[in-house]
Amino acid sequence: MKAVQLEKRLDGVAVLTLDNPHGPHNILSRDLFEEFRRVLEEIRTDPHVKAAVLISGKRDFLAGADIKSFFAMKEPSEGESLSREGHALLDLIAESPKPFVAAIHGQALGGGVELALACHYRLATDDPATALALPEVTLGVLPGGGGTQRLPRLIGLAAALPLLLTGQRVRARKALRLGLVDALTSPGGLKETAALAARQLAEGTLKPRRRRRKLLERLMERPPLRALVFRQARKGVLSKTRGLYPAPPAILECVREGYEKGLRAGFRREEALFGELCASEACKGLLGLALAMIELKKPLPGPQGRKVGTLGILGGGFMGAGIASVSLKLCPVVVKDVSDGVLGKCARTVWEGLSKQAKSGALHPFERDRLFARLHPALDYGDLRRADLVVEAVFEDLDLKRRVLEETEAVVSETCVFASNTSALPIASIAERARVPERVLGMHYFSPVPKMPLLEIVVTPKTSPEALATARAFGVAQGKTCIVVKDGPGFYTTRILSPFLNEAMVLLEEGAAVEAVDRALKDFGYPVGPVALLDEVGIDVGAHVAKEFGDAYASRGLSSSQALPILFEAGYHGRKNGRGFYRYDGKRKGRKPVNREVYAFFGGPKRKEMPAKEMAERLALLMVNEAVWCLQEGVISSPRDGDVGAVLGLGFPPFRGGPFRYLDSLGAAEAVRRMEGYAERLGPRFRPAPLLAEAARKGERFYGEA
Amino acid sequence: MASGRFPGRPVVVVDGCRTPFVRSGTDFTDLSAYDLARAALSGLLHRTGLDPREVGLLVLGCVIQDCDTSNVAREAGLAAGLHPSCPAFTVTVACVSANVAFLNAAHAVASGQVDVAVAGGTETLSDAPIRLSRAMRKRLIASQKARGPLDLLRRFAGTRIRDLRPQIPAIADFSTGLTMGQNGERLAKRLGVTREEQDAYALASHHKAARAQRDGKLGAQIVPVTVPGSFRIVREDNGIRGDSTPEKMASLKPAFDKTFGTLTAANSSFLTDGASAVLLMAEEKARALGVRPRARLVSSALTAMDPLDELLLGPAFAVPRALDAAGIGLEDVGVVEIHEAFAAQMVANLKLLESEAFAKEKLGRPQAVGKVPPERLNAWGGSLSIGHPFGATGGRLIATCVQRMEEEGARYGLVAACAAGAIGNALVFERVEP
Repeated sequence: MKAVQLEKRLDGVAVLTLDNPHGPHNILSRDLFEEFRRVLEEIRTDPHVKAAVLISGKRDFLAGADIKSFFAMKEPSEGESLSREGHALLDLIAESPKPFVAAIHGQALGGGVELALACHYRLATDDPATALALPEVTLGVLPGGGGTQRLPRLIGLAAALPLLLTGQRVRARKALRLGLVDALTSPGGLKETAALAARQLAEGTLKPRRRRRKLLERLMERPPLRALVFRQARKGVLSKTRGLYPAPPAILECVREGYEKGLRAGFRREEALFGELCASEACKGLLGLALAMIELKKPLPGPQGRKVGTLGILGGGFMGAGIASVSLKLCPVVVKDVSDGVLGKCARTVWEGLSKQAKSGALHPFERDRLFARLHPALDYGDLRRADLVVEAVFEDLDLKRRVLEETEAVVSETCVFASNTSALPIASIAERARVPERVLGMHYFSPVPKMPLLEIVVTPKTSPEALATARAFGVAQGKTCIVVKDGPGFYTTRILSPFLNEAMVLLEEGAAVEAVDRALKDFGYPVGPVALLDEVGIDVGAHVAKEFGDAYASRGLSSSQALPILFEAGYHGRKNGRGFYRYDGKRKGRKPVNREVYAFFGGPKRKEMPAKEMAERLALLMVNEAVWCLQEGVISSPRDGDVGAVLGLGFPPFRGGPFRYLDSLGAAEAVRRMEGYAERLGPRFRPAPLLAEAARKGERFYGEA
Repeated sequence: MASGRFPGRPVVVVDGCRTPFVRSGTDFTDLSAYDLARAALSGLLHRTGLDPREVGLLVLGCVIQDCDTSNVAREAGLAAGLHPSCPAFTVTVACVSANVAFLNAAHAVASGQVDVAVAGGTETLSDAPIRLSRAMRKRLIASQKARGPLDLLRRFAGTRIRDLRPQIPAIADFSTGLTMGQNGERLAKRLGVTREEQDAYALASHHKAARAQRDGKLGAQIVPVTVPGSFRIVREDNGIRGDSTPEKMASLKPAFDKTFGTLTAANSSFLTDGASAVLLMAEEKARALGVRPRARLVSSALTAMDPLDELLLGPAFAVPRALDAAGIGLEDVGVVEIHEAFAAQMVANLKLLESEAFAKEKLGRPQAVGKVPPERLNAWGGSLSIGHPFGATGGRLIATCVQRMEEEGARYGLVAACAAGAIGNALVFERVEP
């Protein structure tokens, strides 16, 4: 079987079907280029062929390029030549006198969109599965197949820039509105409709549909306004990425070059910068994560879990509602709580989430009704009797969690799995009085659940492999990236977060300003500063976790700062009660001011300048070092899981790839050197984990030689 | 007339439930009949734990049609999670719509065409379809063919002010032009049903319903409804007036005949929103699935009489036929559930069942059908107190009947109702011993 099948029809339309014989997706690779070229040549030379249709034989149109091959690129010249070959191939389509129609159903990502852009007409199905995106930027590269040139030329600069710079998905109806596709049709008969369009294009009876751009939009594409647009875009990009991500400015540069010096020059620039980006550290970090996430979606070896026919959720708070929201497409969900007030709020959260999806076209409005009908608010445990999996999301209180487990066990079947959504309480102690401790594990979701991609699954020595498989398969089906970790104080994510946050408190005690600490960590690449994060999760939660953790690892010098419990006692709870390190009484918009009252708890209002780089490094190294401890103790089973957990759960700078990839790029020896310097000055908490010290001694990398 | 012992293989009721029945314009005012039916059906699936793929047929009753969801059973069934391959249709037979929906489904089961079916009904009277006048409708439809704005204007030329007045549907018989209330007045006057008798009957209905609500008996048949918008979770009927007194009842003015009338808002059923769903299946299928059958359908009667003079008397005509077909007498029936449209209608029907003259004249029987012992009748309240969402009431009657039969250890149960057009229905159930 060939990856590109050619069917020459009697009506003069050649249908090219992309159908990768080696996997479920069509992927752009050099092999495909080769075959493509041959087929295109045949179309060019056959006088009977008047027009062509490009269609997929898979569920999706084209899922993008083979990113594994990007990962292996070490020199800029490698990416550059790949991009050049791509341009040459797509030019054969774009410059063909015979019209090409792209028939798009399912996802068209990256190279898939660029292939469609090279065609003369784009026909997409009006189906929730259909979506177009140029996600290259999220992988630290740029659309190297002409995307930065053909997209703005097709839909205009103002519409193209957001798509290129964020990689956002565009659904069928919006694609039509933007002019990204020329027409929509129904999924059935896509090939025939596309063939009809191709024939009509060849005959000249069908003209491609071009969106009329508003006057302002057209002015923006000409000098002098254009220069201003680019300047503004560049400023926006730099302030958002803090200059840490090379891809967005490179994309802007390509677009600008194309506007100023023409299409060919734009292509050349694309090739050069694509090559550079592919070889960059940031790209490797982001690609490593993407590849790890793909791996983590695959089922585990060993016993298969049971299918979850009904999910039970204990506690209809924000967390419970979030878990319900991402589960309704999988099965009916029973949410149990003590009052209809809470359950009503839970229903509202779910409904509003579904409505948002319905509005964006991700969900048919009728489908929203169908999903919402599967949400059953319950005041009685009896309603949980048919649940195959029960996730508790009640308050973080050990006795309460033990009690709800007991009460759940009284009604559910023997095989029902019980998961605790705790962020810090040890699962084994929750399961202490369980009748069937084998069924108990942790499913640690992150808030807000529909947005946060990570699920940390916590197993105790007693947890059965079946229970784990059930929970993990369900988590993957919810769309989560699941890492499986061992039970212990704070599991993995909370554990490595704890010394990080604690060090922020130490910095404040040393006299640093709140905004300076946060700025330093954002400049390092965290999306939110540690102090602002404490306000978000709640100072009470922070205090609780810090204590548990400080007690557990006091021998390593990780005693916790006393500031948090005192702050909490004084009525500072963080954002939820409007009193935290920042003030929340001001207007919604703009930057929130620091609440200078809190300095009273950190040695007075006088703050001093402290080197930002050092502040960021102290926090980051403590997090990284704790991650190594976790690997050494078997809390996580691989650097891959540690990296994915830290980035997806805690916002560890994605372009650094995670704690372990960061260590690899810094070099274990260098990390140890810096840490020992801090340990000398600041205390034993900076002492490198033995596994790290060993890696430094032996000159080893956590990821081997990749 | 269609009555007789129920043919074919035995059909059993496994479960029945309903949404809360609430006064129109209150909790469910923003919901449609489709929303209510969806809640009842998904509630039924949830509480029975039945695999939705087992359900082979869905039939719902609905009276006031919403043209967006004219086959409301289909839309609600899909949205509630029934399998797309489950056919669904909507029947409309006024206040016995759900009874007839149940009969349709039961026939399909009895004949072996399906093993498992769901029947019930749905109604919202909060959003009755108010139409433009015929004159305006004609112009609007014609205007779709208009060429250009001038032509459009021309087509609306000559519109009169009175054409703009909307048409509000009345609860009336088309053939007689009388509303149900007006005809209830005729009936009360003809049979000499007094205001006192009516008020006493209605008051008792409220008190019985209040007690059943307090004891959790109604709660056991209710599935909650989460209302998008307000996000209130509604779990209770809101029309029951347990605190009502004879004085309060007596203080109301007549509603239909202001000068000489006896029917008031308090002794008539009120406008209600709600839905019901009943799970029925072949007895052998229930055993195969391991679910407990509660009651077997023994016989049924569907009658129709003169819409002017015999309206609201459905039970009096249908009950004897269904009992005869079952081969039992009224005295054998432990549980009686009769739809209470008006207190006057209830008193009238009970009188006629006891009347030898009526039996001889109208039924061609030598003796009266019999007396319904008050403690066996509507022991948990009825439409007067719980409410009457037209298309859904039959499902409530059936669910209540089988639930009561079980609790009261009755061997036979009887459901009866009247409907516009002088249609009557009666169903006889026999308890299935576990």
